[in-house]
Amino acid sequence: MPKKALGHLRICDFTGQLAGAGATKFMAAFGAQVIRIEDPTRKGKWDILRGIPPFPDHRRGNELGGAFNNHNVEKLGITLNLKHERGKELLRELVKISDVVSENFAAGVLARLGFDYEELRSIRDDIIYVSNCGFGHTGPYSRYKTWGPIVQATSGLTFSNGLPGHEPAGYGYSYMDHTGAYYMAMAIMLAIHHRNKTGEGQWVDVAATEAAGVLNGPALLDYTVNDRPLRRDGFPDANHSQFPPMAPHNIYRAEGDDNWVAIACRNETDWNAIQGVIDEDWVRADRFATLNARLAEESELDAQMTTWTSSRDKFAVAASMQAAIVPASAVQKPQERVDQDANTEAWGLWPEIRHRDMGRVRVDGVGTHLSETDWSMANGAPTLGEHNRYVLQGLLGVADDEFEELQAEGVI
Amino acid sequence: MTSQDAGSQPVGALDGLRIIELTDEKGAWAGKLLADMGADVIKIEPTGGDATRGYPPFYHDEPDPERSLYFWHYNTSKQGITLDIKNPRGNEIFKSLVAGADAVVESQVPGKLARMGIDYADLRESNPGLIWVSITPFGREGPRAQEHVTDLTLLAGGGIAWMNGYDDHSLPPVRGAGNQGYHTGCHYGVMSFLVALLHRDATGEGQFIDVNTHASCNVTTESGSYSWMVSEATVQRQTGRHAAAQPSLPSQVRCSDGRYVNTGLPPRRPQEFGLMRKWMEELGVLDSFEQAEILQLAEEGPPFALADIAEDDMVAAKFAAGREAVTYIASLVPAAEFFNGGQERGFQVGIIHSPEEMLEDPHFKARGFPVEVEHPELDASVTYPGAPYKLPASPWRIRRRAPLLGEDNASVYGDLGIDAAELARLRSEGVI
Repeated sequence: MPKKALGHLRICDFTGQLAGAGATKFMAAFGAQVIRIEDPTRKGKWDILRGIPPFPDHRRGNELGGAFNNHNVEKLGITLNLKHERGKELLRELVKISDVVSENFAAGVLARLGFDYEELRSIRDDIIYVSNCGFGHTGPYSRYKTWGPIVQATSGLTFSNGLPGHEPAGYGYSYMDHTGAYYMAMAIMLAIHHRNKTGEGQWVDVAATEAAGVLNGPALLDYTVNDRPLRRDGFPDANHSQFPPMAPHNIYRAEGDDNWVAIACRNETDWNAIQGVIDEDWVRADRFATLNARLAEESELDAQMTTWTSSRDKFAVAASMQAAIVPASAVQKPQERVDQDANTEAWGLWPEIRHRDMGRVRVDGVGTHLSETDWSMANGAPTLGEHNRYVLQGLLGVADDEFEELQAEGVI
Repeated sequence: MTSQDAGSQPVGALDGLRIIELTDEKGAWAGKLLADMGADVIKIEPTGGDATRGYPPFYHDEPDPERSLYFWHYNTSKQGITLDIKNPRGNEIFKSLVAGADAVVESQVPGKLARMGIDYADLRESNPGLIWVSITPFGREGPRAQEHVTDLTLLAGGGIAWMNGYDDHSLPPVRGAGNQGYHTGCHYGVMSFLVALLHRDATGEGQFIDVNTHASCNVTTESGSYSWMVSEATVQRQTGRHAAAQPSLPSQVRCSDGRYVNTGLPPRRPQEFGLMRKWMEELGVLDSFEQAEILQLAEEGPPFALADIAEDDMVAAKFAAGREAVTYIASLVPAAEFFNGGQERGFQVGIIHSPEEMLEDPHFKARGFPVEVEHPELDASVTYPGAPYKLPASPWRIRRRAPLLGEDNASVYGDLGIDAAELARLRSEGVI
């Protein structure tokens, strides 16, 4: 077993869905003790992913949601009714022994439950409180509500991801729930390092729209410096490359049902290599001889490329380009990259965990390996209140009879 | 640069860490994230400059190695030195830089540094706390490690392109514009670096981090992966909304000004139907809405759950009327009015801003998201995107524009005891 880099850290965790849960999942995989707090009166359903598809078999229910399991492996789960005075007391005791309080409620929710930063700080002076919501806790939109697609829309990411002459395609998933969670994880660990140096805690305000805004890259400077907006004729043009210009550079149709292959010609060396792979007259034509010529005739070039790729297998096309040192890849379908990709398999990217009710299920692993303190995932998401005894009795010292009272009174 | 941090202003969380960066476009983002948090990141460029200095766009469209906005964006707050690490003396200098550093962030082809005699195990012997972050397309070894990539091919192979595009599948998948494949590898690199840093805080021990960008993309696809792993369902791309195994209804609408909005989740609670009806009333369009009566019924209750839609025709009709109402309103008003009007009524709706419109939006201005960075050589102040997170006690900050080529040679090499005469010799010999 590898050493646990974060085994000395405890997180009092109110996060849910993916935008928050993804952050503490990452830290739990490296050994942080993440204690997920759920509301017993709502059966934990403020996290809408509990009890929704995908399901592993014919069964349905609050403990069988595949997305919830995926985002909450290796966490502990307790129930606590914070409208109940005893529930609040228990939370105070938990905060006292925690390094971090994390949440991704809409702005102001935790404060209304009686636990704003000032209160948390009065419980534990060096507490690190990290909130993550779409627009952050200040500013004109701080009361506005979001989820991934709204964050992506408002930050410019949806707009930039499209083809010329068409409406925005955007992202077909919550890229910014994943990536907002990545920035939240960074923020938590940055704040812990600062505390290690200075003894000082702080409230970190993460706005997922701002984490998204930094990802628009050089296009933003092209506007602020050169007054060139991305909202202009012929743009966005996501599958072509502007920074730097490359051609051919696109996703081309391949043989079969909805099969596609990406090819990127970085420079003239690549173009010469492509001429060796594609044995057709057009590929040697003068009108495609230079980058500027290929850019000027990009649609014609793409049409010729498509004629060549569309009768060929996408993996075979990618392999023939790779053999000539030209970047290319099949557009992989989920089953291809999960079950048939030698790299993801060798990496151990899809660990199989054990969940109390779901049984053995594969989940998303981590895209890195660490030589001394690598990640591991063995236990599935906690069922509702699964670790009440362990946390309340084991960590907070609640006695047997009191534990039963808490259950009877609906505190847990 | 640390002297600029002196004074009463709090310094970034990574202040005091020295990080040597040896990256190309696949890893520069990681260095920027660390540098903007206060780390003393020294970017090593080949003597002819980093290739991305040749990437457009350029300041005032004038191609010049010191005017690449691409290079500027990815290299803020870093120091810049030139060094030919293939040269034996350059190789020695690199090793002395690493000997005094807390971490190395590099994105070299696997095996390239080893062939130059640069090996983590050796360097760590004299510097046991050294953290080494290697960012490569497929990891250090194993299947596919030698494949050639760009951002496009990483997104194609990593599962991200499959998720994005249009209902019309004669149109290709859309990759995820703006280097998001490279960004995702760098995000995993930075998160893992911070794990290693916290471990080092506790134990003093450094370690090697192997970042696989392909794997990082693969676990950044939400339901794409787990729909397959849990229930063997393959999600299909749809215009402007989540790819799904079962088709869902559109949620992207063109407003009266030609701009698009995301209509979010339609009303479900009686009170929400009431808000929708009143909104139409205020706009004077309730009478022209064909399903006004069903909306009224939905407002009178009872509330329903999403699961009831498939079970109960009346519930399905109410839900459909709510959807129609929000779509109808969106089509009749300008995008900004729909966004603010919807959100002020409690609906999770979004305006589809272009990147520059986000920067100009009053919310982000009020939060101080756009920041000004001085470029004294050009006598210019340039607006950059700002902080991805706010840590008031140890803040994010762009301390300086991207380095000019070799700008910090004298100070960095001076610290190694290289005097002006030797510096001149190294320069004339092409070592720096």
